[in-house]
Amino acid sequence: MAINRLLIANRGEIAVRIIRAAKALGITTIQVFSEADKDMLAVRLADEAICIGAPHARDSYLNIDKVIAAAVKKSADAVHPGYGFLAESADFARAVIKVGMTFVGPSADTIQQMGDKVSARAIARAAGVPIVPGSVGRIDSVDDAARVAAEIGYPVMIKAAAGGGGRGIRIAQNEDDLRAMAPQAKAEAEAAFGDGGLYLERSIRAPRHIEVQIMGDGTDAVHFFERECSLQRRRQKVWEEAGATCLDEATRQHLCQTAVALAEAVQYCGAGTVEYLYDEASKDFYFIEMNTRIQVEHPVSEMTTGIDLVQEMLCIAGGQPLSVAQSDISKTGHAIEVRINAEDPHMQFMPFPGVVTGLIVPSGKGVRFDHFLYPGYAIPPFYDSLIGKLIVHGQDRQDAIARLVHALEALQIDGLKTTIPLHLALTRDPDVLAGNFHTQWLEPWLDAGNLTKGEVP
Amino acid sequence: MPTIPSPLPGTFYIRPDPGSGPFKNTGDAVAIGDTIGLVEVMKTFIEIKSEIAGTFASYSAEDSAPVTAGQDLAELGD
Repeated sequence: MAINRLLIANRGEIAVRIIRAAKALGITTIQVFSEADKDMLAVRLADEAICIGAPHARDSYLNIDKVIAAAVKKSADAVHPGYGFLAESADFARAVIKVGMTFVGPSADTIQQMGDKVSARAIARAAGVPIVPGSVGRIDSVDDAARVAAEIGYPVMIKAAAGGGGRGIRIAQNEDDLRAMAPQAKAEAEAAFGDGGLYLERSIRAPRHIEVQIMGDGTDAVHFFERECSLQRRRQKVWEEAGATCLDEATRQHLCQTAVALAEAVQYCGAGTVEYLYDEASKDFYFIEMNTRIQVEHPVSEMTTGIDLVQEMLCIAGGQPLSVAQSDISKTGHAIEVRINAEDPHMQFMPFPGVVTGLIVPSGKGVRFDHFLYPGYAIPPFYDSLIGKLIVHGQDRQDAIARLVHALEALQIDGLKTTIPLHLALTRDPDVLAGNFHTQWLEPWLDAGNLTKGEVP
Repeated sequence: MPTIPSPLPGTFYIRPDPGSGPFKNTGDAVAIGDTIGLVEVMKTFIEIKSEIAGTFASYSAEDSAPVTAGQDLAELGD
């Protein structure tokens, strides 16, 4: 059934992004907000808005009962969860369905299957997707862990079955490490996720992070090519590209096809991302996890394929089949997104909430800034530090970087410290310019003082 | 009475984790550099360290409450 009244169960830039897509489709938008967010841009842009509680996310955006009560009160017929908060909560998806509304995303069962990393690995393996050598299922005892680790080879990563987003990972270099770390990892996973289940994977040295954007309608699935997201700090992506210039065409095709195979194996419905580690030396790629939601970095895929992924997921949730076949999807040029965070890169990335006293947004062909700022807006301290995403599209990677430099120089956000200086320094780095980096590259680069070195005095 | 202000806006916590007791109790000695609480700002926990020495009197902000930059978090006695 087509969506008429959409509740946006999120905040910040993604709420603005969803409102824009929904309005283009003629859908009435209803924005939830916490007591700290009554002035946010999404509240001003939405057709209607409703307060759901106190500032802390556990009392508002993470509170299933309050979000559902707001959806019922506002007679919504669908709920878009965005990313983060409740986007990958199977309980939330079930609660939405239970009150007779459409959840914009895959089924609760799929969210649950993919959210459990052990079951996700098993599904990927069955679908023919290469997985990192590791334990077949959960590890029950330290002796089991030692036996499996000896088979797959050290170093091994100890991961929480219920984890994700890089949380709860430990790396054991040898059996002594493993025997010391496994009980800690179990206790930590129990505390953090309420589930002490662990599994092991071989630790791949200096891999790249490459992911594939997919979309399914419950029967068919298509991909929108790959993204390169190796520039990370504390396992958080900082800079993302579409596509991955390190891949040869045969590897790219194979990678994208395995993502589609995985999506079709679970009759995937909605937008999703299949994440891989890529070993550049051997050209091997391995499944790490599937994120069952729209991702922060989706705009780079939109720029290169020309398809509005958020509109597409709303149409599919409204009951339509995929609007495009794989053969209709082509990509042109190269796109880069950099995350603009309210943090001081010169002070160990200390968060810097505050009032935006001035704002100049770059524009022009191939430049896009997804954000939720306006002059006079006070960024609340209670949520993520992401305040915007600067996205550029060029005819090739070199052209995209040149556009990025101009856009970063033009972007002015007064009153705050932001990560703009970090991105400018990266655009001047020879390794970044050559595309030579991996997931372990950025932190040592920062530790070596390159941020200051790269700055024009 | 001397007070310890919050350097940042955020959510104030008087304990290191939900299972532990408060950082300071009434009558405790406070040395310069002692942690008296945490402020969670944009998902990062900042330790609030005293810049003055004295005897802990009381917390001025409630546990888990939103605080503004400059708001008093605790009071010290002599």
